[in-house]
Order: sequence, then structure tokens, then C-alpha cells
Amino acid sequence: MCGTDNKTSRVKALILVGGYGTRLRPLTLSRPKPLVEFANKPMLLHQMEALVAAGVTEVVLAVSYRAEQMEQELNTEAIKLGINLIFSHETEPLGTAGPLALAKSILGSTPEPFFVLNSDIICEFPFRDLLAFHKNHGKEGTIVVTKVEEPSKYGVVLCDEDGKIDSFIEKPQEFVSNKINAGMYILNPDVLKRIPLKPTSIEKEVFPFMANEGQLYAMELEGFWMDVGQPRDFLTGMCLYLSSLRHRQPNLLGSGDSIVGNVLIDPTAKIGEGCRIGPNVTIGPNVILEDGVCIKRSTILEGAIIKSHSWLSGCIVGWRCIVGKWVRMENITVLGEDVIVKDELYINGGQVLPHKSIASSVPEPQIIM
Amino acid sequence: MDKSMVKAIILIGGPQKGTRFRPLSLDTPKPLFPVAGLPMIQHHIEACTRINNLKEIIILGYYPTNDLAQFVSEMNQKYKILIRYLQEFTPLGTAGGMYHFRDQVRSGNPSGFFVIHGDVCSDFPLSQMLEFHEKRPGALITVLGTEATKQQSVYYGCLVCAKETSEITHYVEKPSTFVSTLINCGVYFCSIDIFQIMADVFKKKEEAFYNGENGYGSENGCSGSMQLEKEVLQPLSGTGKSFVYQITDWWSQLKSAGSAIYANRHYLQVYRNKHPERLAKSKENQVNIIGDVYIHPSATVHPSAILGPNVSISAFATVGPGVRIRESIVLQEAVIADHSLILYSIVGRGTKVGEWTRVEGTPCDPNPNKPFAKMDNLPLFNSSGKLNPSITVLGCSVTVPSEVILLNSIVLPYKDLTRSFKNEIIL
Repeated sequence: MCGTDNKTSRVKALILVGGYGTRLRPLTLSRPKPLVEFANKPMLLHQMEALVAAGVTEVVLAVSYRAEQMEQELNTEAIKLGINLIFSHETEPLGTAGPLALAKSILGSTPEPFFVLNSDIICEFPFRDLLAFHKNHGKEGTIVVTKVEEPSKYGVVLCDEDGKIDSFIEKPQEFVSNKINAGMYILNPDVLKRIPLKPTSIEKEVFPFMANEGQLYAMELEGFWMDVGQPRDFLTGMCLYLSSLRHRQPNLLGSGDSIVGNVLIDPTAKIGEGCRIGPNVTIGPNVILEDGVCIKRSTILEGAIIKSHSWLSGCIVGWRCIVGKWVRMENITVLGEDVIVKDELYINGGQVLPHKSIASSVPEPQIIM
Repeated sequence: MDKSMVKAIILIGGPQKGTRFRPLSLDTPKPLFPVAGLPMIQHHIEACTRINNLKEIIILGYYPTNDLAQFVSEMNQKYKILIRYLQEFTPLGTAGGMYHFRDQVRSGNPSGFFVIHGDVCSDFPLSQMLEFHEKRPGALITVLGTEATKQQSVYYGCLVCAKETSEITHYVEKPSTFVSTLINCGVYFCSIDIFQIMADVFKKKEEAFYNGENGYGSENGCSGSMQLEKEVLQPLSGTGKSFVYQITDWWSQLKSAGSAIYANRHYLQVYRNKHPERLAKSKENQVNIIGDVYIHPSATVHPSAILGPNVSISAFATVGPGVRIRESIVLQEAVIADHSLILYSIVGRGTKVGEWTRVEGTPCDPNPNKPFAKMDNLPLFNSSGKLNPSITVLGCSVTVPSEVILLNSIVLPYKDLTRSFKNEIIL
């Protein structure tokens, strides 16, 4: 599709942001989920940047709540990216298809197809390829599918060699396919006719009918894919993302004596002597790691301080947290914003709400209100 | 006042005893386990050497002589006093051994002797006891007593005494119902004539045995066994010949490994007054010692490590950079690598702990909110079959890898661990 920039520039996108992001609490108690930094960049920005790179100039965010902070911050980013950002507010939750009906006037204003994506997914967003694939088969819609190891947990997609979808099977008992809906689509405006303005599931109430009519194709995703809507998957997604960076832009990853494997470090972070960072660690802006800190498979968000000799594995440390000396935290421990963990404590799978001060160990996984 | 000489007997039992102290007693006889840097019974010996006219210390037990030979010769050199180990041919009870060796005890014509159980820990106010005893001409035995809680008193020997005279009017060993909160500390001073009482007891037992009263071969037969508490102290109560000297400061028993951490803390505290030179001090311009810490001169502690309070580091142990140790005992030749944390644990001889590892136990201190509470010597397992949280104990020559956690666990000697363990016994 090279040389058709004028044409693609008219392509729009709708991102399903949805509700409060409760699955990513306690982080989302302080910051709307789209603004939570994944690999040092707000989650939504990963998607917006990829859309911009594919020539999208207008993005609709379907949100079911108002958040001034989010709208301001995202508008600033939109200006930087040179795109038009439109917030489409649901007054009642409209499911995965309803928001398209709500934004019908925007999405249906041109005959060009539009992208739809869930805001929780992280991958090497193949929007250009998707547009090309879609134009090539000429039908109403294309969904991106990805292969997973355990398809029985998901709805799987059955399709022919060309990608034409035959049917969907919810949580199959026996193996029929390992391809699942990756939560990214490109649809022609015609599809909007199929969607009423009421709570509707695109997966259950729209796609099966399109497939029956031979109007829906599947394009297989290259590379990694992860729904990062909850802490465990957030960390798994970060590992996959960093190893993808290793192949695409290795210069962005940290290197040096204290770095092991794939580590992303903001240039404003300070790292003490004798640390061992990595593999699979993201260190945010203005983070301070004191001497002799060991961190693996974790995300440390902006402004956090990790004091000397502490050991962290499988943790998300929230903004401006202070983790004391000789602390051990592991097993999907998530610290909300501005949490203080006193020296020498052990936190095993603790989910700590914002602004708490932790003064005794948490030996078994639990939520600390 | 009679200033003739006195002796002391330290009762250490034998290898069949002290099983609750495993795995630490697997490679070292329990009486030699170091607390605050010194073998447990060296604290007893030191207390004895503070008495001027104490001329001989007899260590009495049924450990093989070889187990104690080196210790005894070191003690003789160090304290310039006659210290001997006498081995009972068979376990003879708390009085049977000293009665068997009565001629050795009597030789040199002492006016009396202390009897101190090897597994009790105290500041041992022996000279005060002696003075107390000598002020009571008819006294044959003075018992060191302390207050316990009502609930816990029944696990000890219980004393009832007359307030004004301190005379023991009633004594019962581990009663099934409450008798008194005043308990026997396992430390006595006996006048030499106590052997006459023992002789009478022995003779009665012999007669009873040959008259077939106790049944053939019963444990109270003519085996020579005799219990000081039941067969001597109890009959003497109410006769005007037994007294109690009561203390109010720290006293504890060393039964389980966990109680070693508690005793360690108190002996270190005793050093503050009696041996301040034994306590480590922070070097200039840095704070790396908090509270009471003992570091053997041959141990290597990196200046960036922070130790204390209540830590003892034995000979030739190595503590690496950025290590933190609190409320723990690290035995000879153990190695703690960089950034690791040791809390409420005992690290065995020659054991190696990797980097960024956490070795943590749970203190089993007496309830601080209850006056006179003693340490609960909980069984290993609770009623639902789960391990009671306690001190983490690493036996000798254990290897703990880097970056793991060992929580409330007991590791037997020579294990190479490869992962984290919580609330487990690793055989």
C-alpha cells in the first residue's frame, strides 16, 4: 500500500477503553488504565503511536467514565502526534460493539474502513498489513488472530487457508484451533448497520453473523501478543515487549555491568553501585535504585525509590513508592502509588493500595487496604 | 563465718538428652553450643570463677569423655582453676551421679557445692546464694527460685516458701494442678552433709529393691539412679533444712533451638556490665553495629555489613558486603554472601548462604505483656499437624543458594538447597 498515504490518512480508529480498569488495581486507583505506563509509556500511547505510524489521523476513545486527568493528558499527547482525538462517552456500558454505534457519525463519515482495538493488548501492532490484507479480500471485516498455547480458555476462530472465517467456538473442550481473537479489527462502515445502539457484544452478536455471510476474514498476527489488563499478564507482556525491542530497537535497552538481559531504563533514573538489574525490568523516570539492589521481571514506575540490598522479582512498584533496605518482594506484588515499605520486610504477592505504609511482613498473598 | 572452700557441679546430661535441640546437637554436644560467643556451659564456669573460694568445677554427665576433652583442657588453661569432667557410666538422674562420685566431691573437705543444670541460662548470682545459705545454719540446700505465670508454673518444679524465713515448706515437681508461681531454676547450693540425706535415700531404695517392693528391675531399683528434685528436695521441704533464694531478673532454659536466640540476647546484655570488651563497637564514621553484638576476633565482617541487635558471630565466619543480620547466631566458618539478610535464625557451622538471600525465622520469646512469662517451648508441630513458626535453623555445612527465602524452616546438616522453603523441615 505504499504511496497511498493520502488515502490511508482518512482511516480512523476506535479504541475500546471501557471502564475503571479494576483488574489492574491498585494501580488504576491512582491513574486511569490508559495512562498506566507499560514499558515507560502510557498503555494507550503504544496503540496511538502505532495507529499514527499506519497513517491514522483520527482516533475515537470509547470510555464509560469521565476522567479529566486522562482527557487532558491524552489531548496533549494527541497534539504531539498530530492527530484528532475524540472522546466518546457511554452513559451506560455498551459492551464491545455498542460504542461503534455511538460513534457512528464519525466512523461512518467516509467509506474508508476503520480500525477497532481493545485498549489492553500489547503486540507489534500490524496496522498497515491489516489494512492491506483487508483491502485485498474486499469483504466487510478482518479480525487479527493470534496463536495461543491453551486455546480452551478462549473463544477460538476456525478459518480456511485464505483466512475466511468459518465459525467461532467458545472455550472448546477438544482442540479445534489454536487461533484466538486478538482484539484488533478493521471494519468497513457497512458493519455499523449491523450494530444497534445498545449493549452489544461484537464477538457474539456481530462477528458470527458476518462469518456466516462470508464477510469476515482473519489475519494471523506475527510476533508476540498479550492482554496486559491484569498484573500477572502485565509483567508477562512486558517480558515479551522487551524481547521484541531487543530485535527491533536494541539501542533502547540498557547495557552495562549491572544489567542482565532485556532491561529498559529511563535516562533520568539513577542506579547505584553493585546492583543487578534484569532480566526483564523496566525502570521509570526519576527512579532511584540505591547500591546493591537486585531486580528481576519487574516494573518500577516513575519516582519510586528502592533502597540498598533489596531484592524484587515479579513486582510492579507504583509511582513514588519507597521500598526500604533489605526488603524482599516477589510473586506478583503490586504497590499502589506512594506506598512505603519499611526496611527488612518480606512481601509475598501483596496488593497494596495507594498511600499505605507497610510496617510488617506479608508472608502470604493478600490485599492490603 | 566459715570461709572454707566450695565446689561446683555442672549437670550436662548426655547425648540421649537435648533432642529438642536438633539439628544443632547433631554435630556439637548441646552443652558446648555457643551462646553469645561462648559454649553454653562456659557461662556457668565463668559465674563459678567469680567466687573466690570456689576451688573446683566438676562437669558431670554421660557424654563420652572425648566429646568434652578439648573443651575441658581449654577451660583449665583459661580460668586457672581445676575443672574436670566426670562421666556417669549410665544415666543416674539429677542426684545419682553426684552421689556416685561423692568421694571426689568431698575430697579437699569443701563446706558445700553448687549444683547447676547445664541448660539453664541466668546471670547466676552465686555469691549472693552462698551468702544467703551461710546465714542459715541449719540449711542443707538453697534453691534458686523465680516467679512464673500461673499457667506456665506447672511445667516446672513448684516451690512454696515461708515469706519471712524463705524456708521451703512444700515442693512438687511439674504438678498437674496449680501449686505456686515460685519455680525451681535448677541452680542449688548444697552443704556437704546433703550426702548423708542422699545416703539415706539410697539405702531405703536399696532395701525396698531387695524386699521386692518396687518390682524387679524397675527404674528406681538399685541402678544408682536418684532424682534430686523428687527424692531429696521434696522430702527436705518443711524440715527447716531447705530454702529458696529468689531472683527477679532474667532466667531461661535452653531446650529448643529457638530458645538459644533468646538466651543469646540476654547473655549479650549481661556482657554490657560484666564484659563490655566482648561487645563489638561501630568503627568511626559508620554505624554498622546496632545494640549488643559479639564478633569473634577471627571472624571477617565486611565494613558495609550491618549487625545487631543481639547477634553472635563465631570464629572464622565470613559476613560479606551489604549483609544485614539481626537476632541471630552465626556459627564457625559459616559464610554469608553479599546483600543477604538473616533474621531470628541460627546459621550452622560451615554453612554457606548465597547473595540476596533471606533467612528468616519467627521469634518465640516469652509474652512481653505478661509479667514473669517464660518462653513457651512449643512442640515442633501444632495440633493440625503444621509446623509451628519458629527460629530458622540451618544445620552444619548446608548450602543455601542465592536469591531465595528460607522462612521458619529447619534444615538438617549437609543439605544443598536449590530453591526457597517456607515452614518446612528439610531432612
